[in-house]
Amino acid sequence: MLELKNISFEVNTPEHSKEILKDISLTINERFVAITGPNGGGKSTLAKVIAGIIKPTTGRIILDGEDITDLDITQRAQKGVSFAFQQPVRFKGLTVRDLITLAAGKPIGVSEACDYLSEVGLCAKDYINREVNASLSGGELKRIEIAMIIARGTKLSVFDEPEAGIDLWSFSNLIQVFEKMHEKINGSIMIISHQERILNIADKIIVLAGGQVQAAGTRDEVLPHLLAGTGSVCSVLADKL
Amino acid sequence: MDTIERTLLEQVAELHEVPEGAYNIRANGQSAARNTTANIDIVNKKDLPGIDIIIKPGTKNESVHIPVLISQTGLKEVVYNDFFIGEDCDVTIVAGCGIHNCGDQTSQHDGVHRFFVGRNARVKYVERHYADGDGNGQRVMNPESVVELDEGSYMEMETTQIKGVDSTARKTSAKLADKATLIVREKIMTHGQQFAKTDFTVDLNGEGSSANVISRSVAKDQSRQEFFSRINGNNACSGHTECDAIIMDQAHVTAVPEITANSIDASLIHEAAIGKIAGEQLIKLMTLGLTEQEAEEQIVNGFLK
Repeated sequence: MLELKNISFEVNTPEHSKEILKDISLTINERFVAITGPNGGGKSTLAKVIAGIIKPTTGRIILDGEDITDLDITQRAQKGVSFAFQQPVRFKGLTVRDLITLAAGKPIGVSEACDYLSEVGLCAKDYINREVNASLSGGELKRIEIAMIIARGTKLSVFDEPEAGIDLWSFSNLIQVFEKMHEKINGSIMIISHQERILNIADKIIVLAGGQVQAAGTRDEVLPHLLAGTGSVCSVLADKL
Repeated sequence: MDTIERTLLEQVAELHEVPEGAYNIRANGQSAARNTTANIDIVNKKDLPGIDIIIKPGTKNESVHIPVLISQTGLKEVVYNDFFIGEDCDVTIVAGCGIHNCGDQTSQHDGVHRFFVGRNARVKYVERHYADGDGNGQRVMNPESVVELDEGSYMEMETTQIKGVDSTARKTSAKLADKATLIVREKIMTHGQQFAKTDFTVDLNGEGSSANVISRSVAKDQSRQEFFSRINGNNACSGHTECDAIIMDQAHVTAVPEITANSIDASLIHEAAIGKIAGEQLIKLMTLGLTEQEAEEQIVNGFLK
């Protein structure tokens, strides 16, 4: 179980300061938790706070009863936090096999790599020795990123917009991937997404806007409001929506 | 061979024992072992220190190893080796120099290699540089390669220098005839106060000749690297040169690619990039459970692989 207690994050520049996250308190214990909300609402920042990439200005992060607020990225990863980037990173020289091996934390054979890669619709034979460089498309990188999280199999997996850049065929498979992943690791999967189809499988939906939790609850509680209303927007935008 | 020489041999030639096929092992300025085959002859030069390696036309799938080992502090030598590779050959040449310097005097090996590659021959040339030893003595290597590629021939040069060598200036020049191809892959990692300079000059003289010079390097600590690559297109030809360097700590890297077209049908490209390890690369590997240092090692090793 992941608990966020009064998390705030402020960015200070000489000219002004901006609060990106405002006193967020949440518990994540469900199978699938979807985080949604408008662009710039603080979703990715929150994911980075959980992974340890961003240190919150105030607040505590508790993983299974243990305070992990002061742990760095590596220590949190070792405690069982995985994070799939919205924009996967390219590496000159490192191959798909290298990354999957590092993710699995042990040497793996082709058949094991095949298990992970086939889940995301890639043939291990074609990909295992390819460099994770500019020769791979954005969609391919995205799938490899997800395969790494599957290979890790940790108790908390955070995905930042996993569907972005993935074609429609893969999209329906993506949902199966999450379902299978949950069966295997029996942990929590947190997905930042705008896609209704992903929100549809969520046990809990959290709406983040303006750095605050606007709504949090079961799918049935949150989804109808989300689809009906556009929230508070200015009159010009409201006219166009 | 003692343990030190064995280690050096393993590092520069990936050999655990004396190799199969033709070889010449030079240890501390002396010829330590030699083997010739029916197709590959090795003879001492008469006027200069060094050897001539003569490979008969049509020799296929044979290899020559010519490692140089230095474990004596203060030894300085210049060695001239000439390779005569006959027409239609397909051979692998493994050269390399290992210096173990525990003393406080400079040990230096300067090898001048000339390659005369016959028509339609294929050569793979592998060169590794390695040095260790905890003395204050400098470990210096200045290799020079001169390559002449005859019509339709093909040469692939792979040079590697990972740590250990205090100072190196590598000079390579090549002249290519019609339809000849040269591919150079260089890998360098420097650390501490080391200095490495490489200087390539390729003359694409023949019609349909092509060259690809690729350098990947990592400069750590206060080390310095300089990369010069000159490709002259003198005919209908294609040339590409690329330098990609990772800079770390307080290192300095200079990359100067230079392409000159002397023919309207020459097609030449140069690329050079220097940059530090991207923060997001480190972060990604750290989210997989690696420490920052482990992540850095993985990125550097992958880059130089």
